[in-house]
Amino acid sequence: MIELDRLSRRYGVHVAVAELSLTVADGELLVLLGGSGCGKTTTLKMVNRLVEPTSGRVRIDGEDVSALPPHELRRRIGYAFQRVGLFPHMTVAENVAVTPSLLGWDARRIARRVDDLLEMVELDPGLVRDRRPDELSGGQQQRVGVARALAAEPRLMLLDEPFGALDPLTRDRVQQSFRRIREQLGLTAIFVTHDMSEALLLGDRIAVMDAGHLLQVGTPRELLTAPAHDVVRQMVETPRRQAAAVDALLAPSGGDGGAR
Amino acid sequence: MPELLQLLPSYLAAHVQLVLAALALAISISLPLGIAAARAPRLGRAVLAVAALVQTIPGLALLAVMVPVLAAIGLRSIGFLPALIGLTLYGLLPILRNTVTGLIGVDPAMVEAARGVGMTERQKLARVELPLAMPVIVAGIRTATVWTVGMATLSTPVGAPSLGNLIFSGLQTRNYASVLLGSAAAALLALLLDGLVHGIELGLARRHRGPVVASLGGLALLAVAALVPALGAAFRAGERPVVIGAKTFTEQYVLSELLALWVGRSTGLPTEIRASLGSTVAYDALASGDVDVYVDYSGTLWATILERPAPPPDRATALAEIARFVRERHGIELVCNLGFENAYALAMRSRDADRLEIRRVGDLAAHAPSMSIGGDYEFFARPEWRAVRDTYGIRFATERSMDSSLMYQAAAAGDVDVISAFSTDGRIAGLDLRVLEDDRGAIPPYDAIVLASARLAREQPGVIAALRRLAGRIDAPTMRAANFAVDEHGRAPAAVAQDMLPALAGAATDAPAP
Repeated sequence: MIELDRLSRRYGVHVAVAELSLTVADGELLVLLGGSGCGKTTTLKMVNRLVEPTSGRVRIDGEDVSALPPHELRRRIGYAFQRVGLFPHMTVAENVAVTPSLLGWDARRIARRVDDLLEMVELDPGLVRDRRPDELSGGQQQRVGVARALAAEPRLMLLDEPFGALDPLTRDRVQQSFRRIREQLGLTAIFVTHDMSEALLLGDRIAVMDAGHLLQVGTPRELLTAPAHDVVRQMVETPRRQAAAVDALLAPSGGDGGAR
Repeated sequence: MPELLQLLPSYLAAHVQLVLAALALAISISLPLGIAAARAPRLGRAVLAVAALVQTIPGLALLAVMVPVLAAIGLRSIGFLPALIGLTLYGLLPILRNTVTGLIGVDPAMVEAARGVGMTERQKLARVELPLAMPVIVAGIRTATVWTVGMATLSTPVGAPSLGNLIFSGLQTRNYASVLLGSAAAALLALLLDGLVHGIELGLARRHRGPVVASLGGLALLAVAALVPALGAAFRAGERPVVIGAKTFTEQYVLSELLALWVGRSTGLPTEIRASLGSTVAYDALASGDVDVYVDYSGTLWATILERPAPPPDRATALAEIARFVRERHGIELVCNLGFENAYALAMRSRDADRLEIRRVGDLAAHAPSMSIGGDYEFFARPEWRAVRDTYGIRFATERSMDSSLMYQAAAAGDVDVISAFSTDGRIAGLDLRVLEDDRGAIPPYDAIVLASARLAREQPGVIAALRRLAGRIDAPTMRAANFAVDEHGRAPAAVAQDMLPALAGAATDAPAP
């Protein structure tokens, strides 16, 4: 269980995150949703101390994270970066193996783990293992990023728009496989995105943020049926409006016009 | 040329030793410093500013200034050490700057990723930042390598043999084959070392062990090869050779060869020549015992070592005072007076001297305001020039400083009217110049005298005795002819010295020194 307790982060006079409190239950995926600059990434980074809070606490299973050396804390938490962040001078296998090797796993266990993870994210270990990240497509790189985050068998994962750079088809497939993996492993996760559809599809609950403040937390159904705020209403309506617009294109000519 | 090629291996070996040692030091200082500087921007700016300042000091001056600095703190002030320190300082900046630039330039996303996967600061540096900055850092090392190879040729004047010996002595004796050989060898060495560093870089970047091993092997082989002559010397006999010094002009090269031949022949001891030493470096080297014997001039010692502002009253007093001073101060022995003088002397084209009826310096006074005078780099700042000016009341229209080896040609060609010639220079007669008589004795005596180190005087009385037999055996015409043979006929100083030997040997046995 992750508890964020009145967490704030200020940069000078600018308040990035203001008095934010949230709880993520074991095995739950919580989506942090909001536009750019709303403070969602800052909130995520305060969980593994890539950003130190100005005030407030983060507790994992009741333990205050500020009591641990940051590198030890981070080795226990999988982290998938917004900009993927694969190390260009390492092979795919070395990238995936980085945290296990920091933890001192033996070589055989690491090799087995790398192959398992690559298969799990639907990459052929024999093909990609010894490649450099820049030889892979954007979608493959993001899958390697997720595999790296999972490598040290964390029970907790932080994901910062991990599928942001993917084309819609690939993104859909990777989302499906991520969902499957998470359910298999029973991971607790915080997932940052600005994409409402992604939030609705993946999240057990969604926390909507705006200008550093938490506007509403609830299940997708709760947000759709009872938005507590105008901003939330506009956000949740976007995918439905888009879907309606697509339907409208098809309706009048029964599909004939689409062929032109 | 064959004799040049014989010299090449030992100079090349010494050069490689210097360069490799300086680079190893520069890398091991500037890498950690660069890492620290990249972490602390304020320290970084200060460190880079200091390194850049060192870089602006001209190379020769930086090396030369090491000599008094080291002497002041009581370390060996000539030879390998000052050259090594100077070269190391020079190599710091490119490596330091590229280390800082490379580390600061690492994508912040990579730094965050390194932290995010759970690396400690040290692991982040070793596994992510340094590998990513490596191409930039290696580029700095390659720059430093090429600079250091070039700059190491300037170690010769501070007493560290290098390829610069070929260049300096070649320039002074107009042996351009020697200059070319020294320069070409330095250039090839720079290319080779640069290639080896590049090989390591490529191997590391592509993670192929082959190029890394091959390049490191090449460097190791080079280092070992560079040590061979030194090791060979250590195993040869047990005897320390008699080290003979020479400053950077033709007469000194000839005399050092002559002394070497003479000592070898008279005593059977091995000899070694340390040539192209800076003027005061030669004396410092004798005082510290790095050099055992060399020839200096009484007027020079009077002014620069005894630091007397006024010229000596007469020749005998000068010699007696110098002998007393160098013995008391440094235990140095004034062995003998060779019998000729190499003084500053005003010279001009014979044709013009005849036309204007100028025979003595005093005759110049009336014509000087419409004439120009050329002098070597130090002449116009020296007391001799003030003495000439004041004694004869001469004012020239223009004074031009130039390299002493170019001065004679400049006078012959009419670029200047009068020059501050050296009285034994062979080109005076060769280019039809005339030395003007110093009838009022404004210029102090410059007797060529043999000086020996305290160690030699103590441990090798036989060498001192042999050298003493040279007293008064070389006159000015002989010396002038020898210099002329080198400067104008392009003969090697060693060959000219060899030719002088029979006459000396004959004279020395016929009429033993008093």
